[in-house]
Amino acid sequence: MGKPGIKTLWWGLWLLGSLALAAWLGMSLLDNDASKSAFLPGAMTHGHHQIELQCSACHDEGFNSQEVLQNACVNCHGEQLADARDSHPKSKFTDPRNANRLANVDARYCVSCHVEHRPELDVGMGVTLPMDMCVHCHQDIGEERPSHQGMAFDTCASAGCHNFHDNLALYEDFLLAHADEPWLSERPRLTPRNLASRMSDADLVALIQGSGTPPADKTVPEHWDGNAHAEAGVACTACHGDADQWVDKPAPLQCAQCHEQENEGFLQGRHGMRLAMELSPMTPSQSVLNMHVEASHRELTCISCHGAHDFDTQKAAVDSCLGCHNDEHSNEYLRSSHHRLWQAEKRGELPPGSGVTCATCHMPRETHGDDVLVQHNQSLTLRPVEKMIRPVCMQCHGLEFAIDALADPHLVEKNFQGKPEHHVPSVDMAVERDKAREGKRGPY
Amino acid sequence: MQYSRTLFATALATLLLSACGGGQESKPAVGIDPQVYTDSLFAVMNADRTNYTKMIIGRLGPAGADSIKPHEYWEDLENGAPLPAQMFRYGAEAVAEVSSDFSYSLQSLWPINSQNAPKTELEKEGLQYIVDNPGKNFYGTEALGDTTYYTAVYPDVAVAAPCAACHNNHKDSPKTDFELGDVMGGVVIRVPM
Repeated sequence: MGKPGIKTLWWGLWLLGSLALAAWLGMSLLDNDASKSAFLPGAMTHGHHQIELQCSACHDEGFNSQEVLQNACVNCHGEQLADARDSHPKSKFTDPRNANRLANVDARYCVSCHVEHRPELDVGMGVTLPMDMCVHCHQDIGEERPSHQGMAFDTCASAGCHNFHDNLALYEDFLLAHADEPWLSERPRLTPRNLASRMSDADLVALIQGSGTPPADKTVPEHWDGNAHAEAGVACTACHGDADQWVDKPAPLQCAQCHEQENEGFLQGRHGMRLAMELSPMTPSQSVLNMHVEASHRELTCISCHGAHDFDTQKAAVDSCLGCHNDEHSNEYLRSSHHRLWQAEKRGELPPGSGVTCATCHMPRETHGDDVLVQHNQSLTLRPVEKMIRPVCMQCHGLEFAIDALADPHLVEKNFQGKPEHHVPSVDMAVERDKAREGKRGPY
Repeated sequence: MQYSRTLFATALATLLLSACGGGQESKPAVGIDPQVYTDSLFAVMNADRTNYTKMIIGRLGPAGADSIKPHEYWEDLENGAPLPAQMFRYGAEAVAEVSSDFSYSLQSLWPINSQNAPKTELEKEGLQYIVDNPGKNFYGTEALGDTTYYTAVYPDVAVAAPCAACHNNHKDSPKTDFELGDVMGGVVIRVPM
């Protein structure tokens, strides 16, 4: 009688345990605030790890459709790909004549190359990337371009010459157009921002003026005088609300009321992507990069970099970054010639726009019509590094130097102290091939 | 070759009716010859392309007012404008985004971009046929992947002198003696059966 009793007990415990586990898993799934970590089949890549527990960001309501995943990719990255004039859009592969190619690489779907939950496949691009993607369709390139004969199959996209999506700074005619540029332009200077002129819109002026009055016990903050908001006449109530609706700490995205475009970029980058997914703000402790320990739990919102009342763009351009980032590239900046230029500009020894800050490179100024905006998606041009050539490096440097510098990982790590170790012959090859035209030019 | 007579009526009828602002009532499916279908598509494509070449590029480009710059990399030029062949391809890509009921491409036996050379046996046969038989089209069926397609190939003729000149002088062009009126390539329209 004893043995069946023990067996029954074990079965009972197993059943109870299973039911408890099922209940816990079920509740975790149904409770929006519960952690979903138990359901992760593997850690996410650098690009997505911050939002890895927001399963619906990619999977929506279900896991049974490739289209759902594809739509999720396009929702976040489609605009950037279009802006980069994607060299390999989906439409290139939906043509039935490419059916045999799709059997090798189904390039209609992002996940064919960029696999998630497999971070061990990441080759340093923030997403997984097969090294042999080019060869499936371009294995005969040596016949068409003799200069490419003998090149290894994995060097197309790793030597600074080509990218699968973004070749804005690498296509042949662009190389030719910038073939003779010196390494440094004669007057390296950034385009001045003109944010204030954008604020003349009547709706924005109304927002700036706010409504009502602050509660009587509120006083002007310490750093208010002289800052950009004070000079622009921004009322306290514009951010904090009037007496009836006053909040001491406005919501993280309050600034978007007036700074819509800046906010849009911020939410698309690593700093703001958690807020975009309606998660808590990112903290440096969630980063995969080295961060200062004392900054681990700072929450990243607009005021983390800009300050709550001083709105100091000089501080936001360098000090705010280095207050958290503690990797070699960031720390070496303080020893770089870029930083020396910045110091000279701050001392008034060089004209405005001469210095190079963290923001100069990672938050480049973009011209949209008459507006010069600061791109607040600081991740936009990080990988592949060649994305940085046109909007950033070429503001001051020649194309050939920029290609060489970005293709040298050691130089990048040292924050561009020194010269590129190797020369990428892209421009040379373009010039050489152009000579073969024997002066022939088309009507256009 | 015997082709199905009951293909794609709904698609074309919907296209034509929606263009007229009507077409909400369901109509019984009626047959249409796939050749009529592809011929009709080509007629629209060819008309649009010729009009763009003559009315936009010809009138506003270097041969006309010289106020726009037609160029392969037009997006990087002030007042740049896409070449007629690029406009054609953009149309094909836009269609591919919204429909898999048909696809089309511009190909050549002498392509500037080698990716635009014929790949399938039928494409090779069709492009050679339209070069050997000026003024005639080519029709056939082929199996690609797990789908059979009705494939039509139409001659792409140099309708303006700059068409031939641009190809003759392009560094990637394998042929440099095109003349006005020559068949420079072909429009391949493909419809799943």
